[in-house]
Amino acid sequence: MIPAAFDYEVAESTDHAVQLLGEHGDDAKLLAGGHSLLPLMKLRLARPSVLIDIGGLSDLAYIKDAGDHVEIGALTRMCDIAASDLLRRHCGLIAEAAGQVGDPQVRHRATIGGSLAHGDPASDPPVALLTVDAELVVRGPGGERTVPASGFFTNFFETALGPQDLLTSVRVPKLAAGTGWSYQKFHRRAIDWAIVGVAALVERDDGTVKRAAVGLTNMATTPLRSAGVESALAGRPASAEAFAEAAAHAPEGTNPPSDTNASAEYRTALSSILVRRALEAAVA
Amino acid sequence: MRQISVTVNGTRREADVEPRQLLVYFLRETLGLTGTNVGCDTSTCGSCTVLLDGQSVKSCTMLAVQADGHEVTTIEAMATNGELHPIQRAFHEHHGLQCGYCTPGMIMAADSLIREAAGPLSEAEVRIGLEGNLCRCTGYQNIVQAVMAASQEMQGGVKARAGKGGGS
Ligand SMILES: Cc1cc2nc3c(=O)[nH]c(=O)nc-3n(C[C@H](O)[C@H](O)[C@H](O)COP(=O)(O)OP(=O)(O)OC[C@H]3O[C@@H](n4cnc5c(N)ncnc54)[C@H](O)[C@@H]3O)c2cc1C
Ligand code: FES
Ligand code: FES
Repeated sequence: MIPAAFDYEVAESTDHAVQLLGEHGDDAKLLAGGHSLLPLMKLRLARPSVLIDIGGLSDLAYIKDAGDHVEIGALTRMCDIAASDLLRRHCGLIAEAAGQVGDPQVRHRATIGGSLAHGDPASDPPVALLTVDAELVVRGPGGERTVPASGFFTNFFETALGPQDLLTSVRVPKLAAGTGWSYQKFHRRAIDWAIVGVAALVERDDGTVKRAAVGLTNMATTPLRSAGVESALAGRPASAEAFAEAAAHAPEGTNPPSDTNASAEYRTALSSILVRRALEAAVA
Repeated sequence: MRQISVTVNGTRREADVEPRQLLVYFLRETLGLTGTNVGCDTSTCGSCTVLLDGQSVKSCTMLAVQADGHEVTTIEAMATNGELHPIQRAFHEHHGLQCGYCTPGMIMAADSLIREAAGPLSEAEVRIGLEGNLCRCTGYQNIVQAVMAASQEMQGGVKARAGKGGGS
């Protein structure tokens, strides 16, 4: 399988990438790790006439401590995120979700910016970032702006990015000390996407849930937060019983797909089970 | 056409390529290095695995132009002066192949996995670490044993050293 022909440009800097996007407009696509875009191009499901390669922008590949948050450059690869001590210390959920992507070869190429911009509701890192209330930094024709993860995913493979926007970094808030987390990914074959995935954060005050955040992978056309589960938990004891009760709210507001991997009904049942497991693992 | 310069198995290779040419076809057809196989062509099987700057990647899911300025290592460079690489020797000794189609990819993936690890790999680490490589023949058991043996040989001294300084 060979992609359709295209013109190839190499961005020498972030500014140059934005400029090239301006010149080529809607016909151009950014190429980062290529692990979403190239498979689509090989199947001819995507046929951009120009590829702008941003893979060499090493100044966008970093993970750094920025005070109350950790900042991850858009070109940072999954293998580096999964192995980051800084992230493991302050927001282990993100490192864990990145380590669940595909296989080692995929993680050596896939970038966090590409994973977000692709907007696939079955992907793992977007849900983790939504669950921790990350903020995304975007460079566009009008300069720089920030978009909360909660406003970024607009529809199936659609995001708040315009055709001339470049995602430059992600800001991950540091978790309050003692916040437990878990990412539960359910799939049948080793390197597959999640049939359903659940990200959970549980912040406790003595034995009581002060705040819980729960995100769902592959349960709608976008990554989702589960408001039903979150509000059912607030102020409740962090007990197995309370978790099981809250988990029953997992299907609320979802619209899961039916496909060859699982029916919508199967996903609905699975979501409650995985939410309960994720909550229990988060406080274990 | 675009001119690229890629260091392949230690030798700088310059070529004019079509931007849409995949790295695996650059290796196989432009350079004649047919040791790297194409199994699925859909990023699933890992038989096309090569090293890019020392790390395993699936060369069916990369453009040759993306390798411009980088180093690529293929199975052809593993044996030196007629001596098998420790991973190749371990596959031979542990009977880690039958038809051999998956083997170049397995060996390149294993090399990256072994060098990234802090010490000798456990069976579970090998199985998870090779999840991107499929084999239709062996049932994996002997591949896992071969990679564990090679990891012991290549990294056997590492854990003891790391233990002292507490380094990673
Ligand atoms: C075999 C295989 C298994 C996989 N398994 C999983 C899995 O289990 N879980 C999972 O979550 N993902 C999985 N993936 C997807 C993988 O994580 C993707 O590579 C990643 O989602 C995209 O990152 P990329 O850098 O490769 O992006 P690319 O493919 O280069 O780009 C993807 C899209 O984002 C755009 N883009 C890229 N960077 C930017 C930027 N900085 N700003 C704006 N737009 C940008 C591109 O134009 C393109 O539209 C798998 C992929 C493969 C091939
Ligand atoms: S041929 Fe590349 S992964 Fe199968
Ligand atoms: S030995 Fe035949 S595919 Fe692995």
